[in-house]
Amino acid sequence: MTKRSKLLLGAIIVAAALGYLIYGGIREAAVYYVTPTELKGKGASAADQSFRLGGMVVPGSVHWDPGTLQLTFRLTDGKEQVAVKHTGSPPDLFKEGTGAIVEGKVAGGHLFIANTILAKHSEEYRPPPAGEAQAKDLYRTLMKPAEERR
Amino acid sequence: MISTLGRFTLALALGIAIYGAIVSILGARRRKPALIESGRGAIFAVFGLATFAVLLMEAALVGRDFSIQYVARNGSLGTPLLYTVIAMWGALEGSILLWIWILALMSLLAVVIEGKRNREAIPYATAVLLCISAFFLFLAAFPANPFAAIFPPPADGRGPNPLLQNHPLMAIHPPCLYAGYVGWSVPYAFAMAALMTGRLGEEWIRTVRRWSIVAWGFLTVGVILGGWWSYEVLGWGGYWAWDPVENASLLPWLTGTAFLHSIMIQERRKMLKVWNLALIITTFALTIFGTFLTRSGILSSVHAFSESTIGPLFLAFIGVILLVSFGFLAYRSDGLKAEGDLDSLVSRETAFLMNNLLLLGFAFAVFLGTLFPLISEAVRGVKVSVGEPFFNKVNVPIGLVLIFLMAIGPLIAWRRASLESLRRNFSLPLLLAFLGTGVSSILGVRGLYPLLAFSLAMFAAATVIQEFAWGVRARRRISGEGYLTALSNLTRRSRRRYGGLIVHLGVVLVVIGITASTVFRLEKEVSLKRGESMHLGRYEVRFDDLTAWQEAHRFVVQGTFTVLNSNRQVAEMRPSKRFYASEQQPIGTVDVRSTPREDLYLILSSFTQDGASATLKVLIRPLVMWIWIGGAVMALGAFVAIWPDRRVLAAEPVKERVAWQPGRS
Repeated sequence: MTKRSKLLLGAIIVAAALGYLIYGGIREAAVYYVTPTELKGKGASAADQSFRLGGMVVPGSVHWDPGTLQLTFRLTDGKEQVAVKHTGSPPDLFKEGTGAIVEGKVAGGHLFIANTILAKHSEEYRPPPAGEAQAKDLYRTLMKPAEERR
Repeated sequence: MISTLGRFTLALALGIAIYGAIVSILGARRRKPALIESGRGAIFAVFGLATFAVLLMEAALVGRDFSIQYVARNGSLGTPLLYTVIAMWGALEGSILLWIWILALMSLLAVVIEGKRNREAIPYATAVLLCISAFFLFLAAFPANPFAAIFPPPADGRGPNPLLQNHPLMAIHPPCLYAGYVGWSVPYAFAMAALMTGRLGEEWIRTVRRWSIVAWGFLTVGVILGGWWSYEVLGWGGYWAWDPVENASLLPWLTGTAFLHSIMIQERRKMLKVWNLALIITTFALTIFGTFLTRSGILSSVHAFSESTIGPLFLAFIGVILLVSFGFLAYRSDGLKAEGDLDSLVSRETAFLMNNLLLLGFAFAVFLGTLFPLISEAVRGVKVSVGEPFFNKVNVPIGLVLIFLMAIGPLIAWRRASLESLRRNFSLPLLLAFLGTGVSSILGVRGLYPLLAFSLAMFAAATVIQEFAWGVRARRRISGEGYLTALSNLTRRSRRRYGGLIVHLGVVLVVIGITASTVFRLEKEVSLKRGESMHLGRYEVRFDDLTAWQEAHRFVVQGTFTVLNSNRQVAEMRPSKRFYASEQQPIGTVDVRSTPREDLYLILSSFTQDGASATLKVLIRPLVMWIWIGGAVMALGAFVAIWPDRRVLAAEPVKERVAWQPGRS
């Protein structure tokens, strides 16, 4: 065998190894996007598989316990609802009535255990809705004790 | 007024760029010096006009001229001056303007600096650079005009995206990254000039190499600063999420790094000529592709892409680049036959070839992983993404082999390495690597990859230090210089080699920082009442207070936490949440206490409205600082490598007649 063909053989082996690595990586790391309806449709076959579940946070469904850091809420696509559980505090962008994408697995029947809540910052400008003055409320409740202490 | 003037300036610059590109080619083909001179003048004129446009934009921003749409969207009366000035690169239109200016500056520098050395190539390189300028000027003059007017002008602007006005790093990260992207235009232009003229000898290599190192240095700093910005601003405790925007900046870095290595083989051994040209073309195309990826919105959804006007233009531009470049490459393939041949499989050539193969494999994996949702949607109709696990699984092993090659590459001989030289060069580093593995294992490092990462980093560091030590020792023996003089003379005599070794040392620091901060990362989230404290690692964090106040452009809620280390107070940290009028949700602002040993990272997750309790996320990430330091060392190495050498014209030996001696370059 000439040096050239030896080198070529080496390169082919390395390239094949890379290809296998990438193929295996995709198979293991592939995460499907599903809607609540699609997830429900999968039934038991959805167990132990990672999904990205997207939907709207059902108003009134969010419950967060600061003591245990347990966050529960329901996601809907208008037809079906999926109960989601997450340990940690809700991200800044997480809000009832807005969209959210969670990543995790279905555990024990119908509970979706989310290990991440993906919240993306919208680059679009939305004026603060009338009547909702979150910052002002905070200002009132937080500013006073702060001033009193001084 | 500014609007009209700005639009006129950009349109004029576009016209001049097109004119300059045409006359440069005509002048070169018909051998008319006057036309070539006119093309050169166009480079100066475009730079002047671009500078004027940038100043106009800044005048509009600082003067808060809300009759300009860009200012109305990205500036506001309450925005502080610094963030008003840098709002120029806070959104698409302004970014393109900055891009144009940096490209004009680089083109000017390239033409002035290389003008004497590359008479034949200059008109063609000028034409290529002006064509690239023309594309971006077209974008700025028409679909993404930064000077578009708005009527009636609003009383106040919206202000920059809060995330972009939360940290001063925003002032240097984008310009550095753009310089890194744009910088590749220059080596690409000279490579294309070599293809067009058919002068594919050695002269273009030197030019292309130097400018590639400049671009590579900026890109490196840009990528590292991007990680730093993400770490300080995005508040998730990490610095790299394999986000498409990050991947877009990594892709040209990977192929560019491959190019910087394989071009050395061409310089020494006259091999891989087609390969090198293909790499430089690919790298340049990837810089444009990166901008396309981040600016067209294609990844968030296909609809965003079809709605964006610039997306298809970018795609068309990339198509033209690839078609024309590879067309020329095929046309000139006769003149690109390898003159040298591989002598032995145990040689620096082989190490570099492997390095190239792996860097490209790395780049391909990143490319595939980034575009996977699009590909799967197009091919199978289902949206499937591969996230961080994919990138880690594939790229960590590739990266580890690359570190190994990085350690042996500079010390292994060109052509053929003897067993004796291998033993001499690698026995001490190998010993240290094994020792390092033992020490890291005792320190609690577990798992194959982390152990390998530390031992390979040790191995690579030892080879670099050994090279410097031997060089210094040899100089001292001959000339009797002091240690520092010997070190500086050694580096100065062979800047490229020692600059490269310094870069390698920087990579080692980055690898150690990434591995340690990932493996030994500690994290805890708890809710605390006032006066309560929590423990993590060697720290105790006590929640003291929560206060709030109104600033001109935002409302701030800030927690005060005392950090104790074995009952001794070491710091007071103040993570906060900032509420901007233009946003419905608050922006978390982390507080990081960095030490060379570890970073303590505090995130205020939430709080009760009466301020009595707060939920806090605490992270300890060891050695993170060394990632930034490593980035600085890499930049320093690049700087050493390109520093002009007074002996340049004496010409370094390009052809090796004797077997290569390690340690000399």
